[in-house]
Amino acid sequence: MSERYLAVLTSFLIGFIFLVPGTQLYGQDEHHEAGDTPHETIDAQHDETGHSEAADEEFNATEYILEHVSDSHEWHILTKKDGHHVSVPLPVILYSKQSGLHAFSSRKIAHGHNHKGFEMGHGTIQVENKKGETIEKSLKGKIIEVDEHGVMLAAGLPLDFSITKNVFMMMLSVIILLWVFLSLARSYKKMGISEPKGLAGFIEPVIVFIEEDVAIPNIGKEKYARFMPYLLTVFFFILLNNLMGLIPFFPFGANVTGNIAVTMVLAVFTFVITQFSSNKGHWQHVFNTPGVPVWLAPIMIPVELIGLITKPFALMIRLFANITAGHIIVLSLISMIFIFKSVFVAAPSMLMVLFMDFIELLVAFLQAYIFTLLSALFIGMAMPEHHHD
Amino acid sequence: MTGTLAAIGAGLAVIGAGIGIGRIGGSAMDAIARQPEAGGKIQTAMIIAAALIEGAALFAIVVAMMG
Repeated sequence: MSERYLAVLTSFLIGFIFLVPGTQLYGQDEHHEAGDTPHETIDAQHDETGHSEAADEEFNATEYILEHVSDSHEWHILTKKDGHHVSVPLPVILYSKQSGLHAFSSRKIAHGHNHKGFEMGHGTIQVENKKGETIEKSLKGKIIEVDEHGVMLAAGLPLDFSITKNVFMMMLSVIILLWVFLSLARSYKKMGISEPKGLAGFIEPVIVFIEEDVAIPNIGKEKYARFMPYLLTVFFFILLNNLMGLIPFFPFGANVTGNIAVTMVLAVFTFVITQFSSNKGHWQHVFNTPGVPVWLAPIMIPVELIGLITKPFALMIRLFANITAGHIIVLSLISMIFIFKSVFVAAPSMLMVLFMDFIELLVAFLQAYIFTLLSALFIGMAMPEHHHD
Repeated sequence: MTGTLAAIGAGLAVIGAGIGIGRIGGSAMDAIARQPEAGGKIQTAMIIAAALIEGAALFAIVVAMMG
């Protein structure tokens, strides 16, 4: 059993790595405005003297918070007093129509540097949308291609397959999950089903919980086994990324489950699995809802069709909003310290952060559970047992 | 100005969701107090209903943010 789970788990998670970097192209406002101004980070402000260059500038809470919840091409750790940045460079992989494939370290384009014609974009450009109207598009956080005079090329937005912060943490979580579950599978193969020990003692009750309290009641005893690999995969993937997102230092802390592209991919999985495992009853419910007069069909069919989309859409927004909101609250509370610059604010603020972190711990489990529960529910709803007329 | 209105809209949506989830929670408490042995089932149903309400509220918030 576990081997089959693992095969599916592996293929799903590997799929992630290839799917999600592409979605970075639609990235939210990412951070790093090409470093013309020294970044005001928590560390720069943390000087005891309070007279450093960075600390004299106005603290911009919105920028600070957005920088921390969004994805980026490098892993910024701190800014020193003299304006030096300490960050972990990550690989940048670009495909440009003009010059082909490129791969280099993000250090080469950090803080306004130009490498082989690539640099971090800032400001906005005018682009035409499908209707022919010109709209402004932000270049913040995107890598652009420029000519030797520093002017952006016409097709200056290369396809960005970079291993960004989020992708890096996702890979890390994949490695952790594979390591945990492969070693568990090996031990189960050797020992058989016996009293769980060590790591198994921690994971087995969770798996049994997903099986008995999530899958069986919602999907049904005969059919649930087929969907267990998916449900367990999303549960542990979301849970691990939620928890890792709460740890504020280096290899963790990227806001993976608070990135709408990631949650969208997860929701699309649920949508596709739901639709492809549906039976006749499900489509009958959509196109010819039992008990509804025929003349209502022009209203009922569009509503039911929209209903198919809104369920995974709500899944996507729910996870994204819950995790991002949690991070924003914690970061806002930390920002209070630098806005008021007073120890009487700092102490209660830290207590509030501690309190919020505990709530976030609860939310991390709850959201992973709710995503799994609702996925199971939607899958179960798409295969009704008997017609109700 | 638009930002302020959007924030008010988001706030109103949250009030609605708060009332809804509060009522679910209260009723679930009553139900569990009356029938403690059905607690597990009530809890699952409660979370599903709360999640659906939350979904509606999130739509409102997304619309408020985009508007």
